[in-house]
Amino acid sequence: MNLYHFIIFSLFLFSVGIYGVLTRRSAVGILIAIELMLNAGAINLAVFNRYLAPDKVDGQIMALFVMAVAAAEVLVGMAILIMLFRRKKSVDIGQLDILRH
Amino acid sequence: MHDMIAYAWLIPAFPFISFLLIGLGVRLYSQKLAGIIATLSIGASFACALTLAITYFGLAPDAEGLRPTLVPWSFIWVDYMEGLRVNLGILVDPISVLLMVVVTTVSLLVHLYSMGYMKGETGYGRYFTWLNLFTFSMLGLVVAPNIIQTYVFWELVGASSFLLIGYYYERGAAVAASKKAFIVTRFADLGFLLGIILLGYVGYPLYQGSGVEGQLFDYTYLTNPQNITALVGTGFLGISLLLIYMGAAGKSAMFPLHIWLPDAMEGPTPVSALIHAATMVVAGVYLVARLFPLFSTTPDVLEFVSYVGLFTCAFAAIIACTQDDIKRVLAFSTLSQLGYMMFALGLASMDQPLGYVASMFHLFTHAFFKALLFLGAGAIIHAVHSNDIWHMGGLKKLMPVTHLTFLIAVLAISGIWPFAGFFSKDEILLAALQGGKNIHFIGGLLVAGLTAFYMARIYFLSFWGSPRSKGSSHAHEAPLIMLIPLCVLAVLSLVGGWVPFSDYVTIGLTEHQGGHGSSIVPILGSLVAILGLGFSWFVYGRGESARSDAIAAKWGMVFGWIKNKFYMDEVYQFITHQMIFRFVATPIAWFDRNVVDGAVNLTGWLTRRASSIFTLIQTGQAQTYGVWFVVGTGVTLIMLWFTKG
Repeated sequence: MNLYHFIIFSLFLFSVGIYGVLTRRSAVGILIAIELMLNAGAINLAVFNRYLAPDKVDGQIMALFVMAVAAAEVLVGMAILIMLFRRKKSVDIGQLDILRH
Repeated sequence: MHDMIAYAWLIPAFPFISFLLIGLGVRLYSQKLAGIIATLSIGASFACALTLAITYFGLAPDAEGLRPTLVPWSFIWVDYMEGLRVNLGILVDPISVLLMVVVTTVSLLVHLYSMGYMKGETGYGRYFTWLNLFTFSMLGLVVAPNIIQTYVFWELVGASSFLLIGYYYERGAAVAASKKAFIVTRFADLGFLLGIILLGYVGYPLYQGSGVEGQLFDYTYLTNPQNITALVGTGFLGISLLLIYMGAAGKSAMFPLHIWLPDAMEGPTPVSALIHAATMVVAGVYLVARLFPLFSTTPDVLEFVSYVGLFTCAFAAIIACTQDDIKRVLAFSTLSQLGYMMFALGLASMDQPLGYVASMFHLFTHAFFKALLFLGAGAIIHAVHSNDIWHMGGLKKLMPVTHLTFLIAVLAISGIWPFAGFFSKDEILLAALQGGKNIHFIGGLLVAGLTAFYMARIYFLSFWGSPRSKGSSHAHEAPLIMLIPLCVLAVLSLVGGWVPFSDYVTIGLTEHQGGHGSSIVPILGSLVAILGLGFSWFVYGRGESARSDAIAAKWGMVFGWIKNKFYMDEVYQFITHQMIFRFVATPIAWFDRNVVDGAVNLTGWLTRRASSIFTLIQTGQAQTYGVWFVVGTGVTLIMLWFTKG
């Protein structure tokens, strides 16, 4: 197990996230996919910390920040989705095309 | 007292400040106060101009008998680049001082007169605003130290003339006349502008070469004999002067650009007196006089100026004999007198400046008696409520003061001793005789006779005989405020000729040209004038139309031609409507509507088509945008990868 395994793992996770964001119909699914991408980033931070500068903790602290930001983001995202659901009775992203007008 | 020259800028400043003050403020609150402020400001200007004249002409002339040309006040107005600067300032030399005095005097009297004449008009305040603007512009034009300032104020004068001719803007005729005046003079100014550009184009490299520190490209440079020699060497001086003369001819209404002046009589009568008789129309003469050292090097152009002047002089005098509208007669007589000034200028040269002096002298005297004639005519129109001389008659007893002053003006313009016109007209004729120009001499003499005839005609028809309409039988004398200017101008018309003019205003060689050397001129001049008056008395003395109708019937066809001003307006109408509009303007309009507008519409249509295609990629789907975002990021990364090395 070395650095490259972890990077490949996080790249895979990130790609899955992108795929999810671009293809999921449900807005909740998209939020989950975004979480995957954020976690891929957090893994990178922790791993680079571990392998490139083992006697420091900056990367791990950044990873904790990412988790906190992700939690806050999910909170806001879910609040928006709930409001959306109240109006439209659906969270299908395909129906949300008001940006077009 | 000597400081007045340094403070000469006050002269145009007073009307300008007053123009702003009443135009933007006072006018809205009190029309009456606006009139008073306007008149007071011109009064202050007049006092300054008079002091300036006394101070300036009190300066001892130099060894050659010339007075200095000074620029006591100026500032750099536009600073294009090193050397190419345009200044705005005050030029003081004999003719500018002369014109300042004439303009402020006539303007002051016209302001005073207008306070009576325009009483009760709705646009009273507006009228005085424009009148002040005009006076300011005219003074700015007169004192201009360079040709650019002249041009700027030249246009301002034209604009204020436009505004004042169109003063009664509810009347279609006044609107048409103001447009006509503006367009005709503007067309002429095109020549002026081209002339300035050409003069600058050929003159500026020479100016740069001369390299005198602190010298601007202005009149003092242009009229310096050395620089003139260099300019003549370029070979373009003649054509540029001819173009500048075109502007002058437009403003001074020389044939064939004269058509606007008779129509300009649609404006209020005091405006006609100030602008279209005494001051603005002499701007063209003034411009030629201002550039006279240049003109004198191009005898061909001067000869052209002189012949056009002579022709206009005779042409207008002939028409004036047949017109029935009192103001139109005066307008044509103005044309004729301007012709005199121009042809006198054209006869002069630096060696024989008599024509120049005579022209300026005539400008000076003409301003007074022509303003007087117009103001007198205004008083008559005010009383009779008609412009038609056949509606007047018998006013001698009803309007004694107007009658007397009008008579003085008629005698002055006819050239009867000892009135002002006698001296100046004599000098013009003398200049023609001395210059050996027999055509000019004989022509000038005949026109002098015609002038006496038609002026006496309107005099007899309006004042003698018995009233020929209700208006004239109930006429009453004008109020005092209108009579004061009449009396002052009458006095000036009486004494104006006794001014030893050539001691003050001259150019080039100043040894006395024997102003009174030849006694044949005054005798012939007076004889012709008396003949004209006498014949007029014979035809019109009884205030009836019987004799004149007989003459008109006898000359039928010719009379009709003259009465219709030789159909000049119709010729213009034909040229503009039938030729220019049809063969030039219509195709251009078609080209504009179809090709130019078409091209504009085409680009608009293309843009809209293109955008309707590109809107298809605007799905509104966040995920589609996400795809573009990811693809874009990928492409950017790849590009960075390949270009990093």
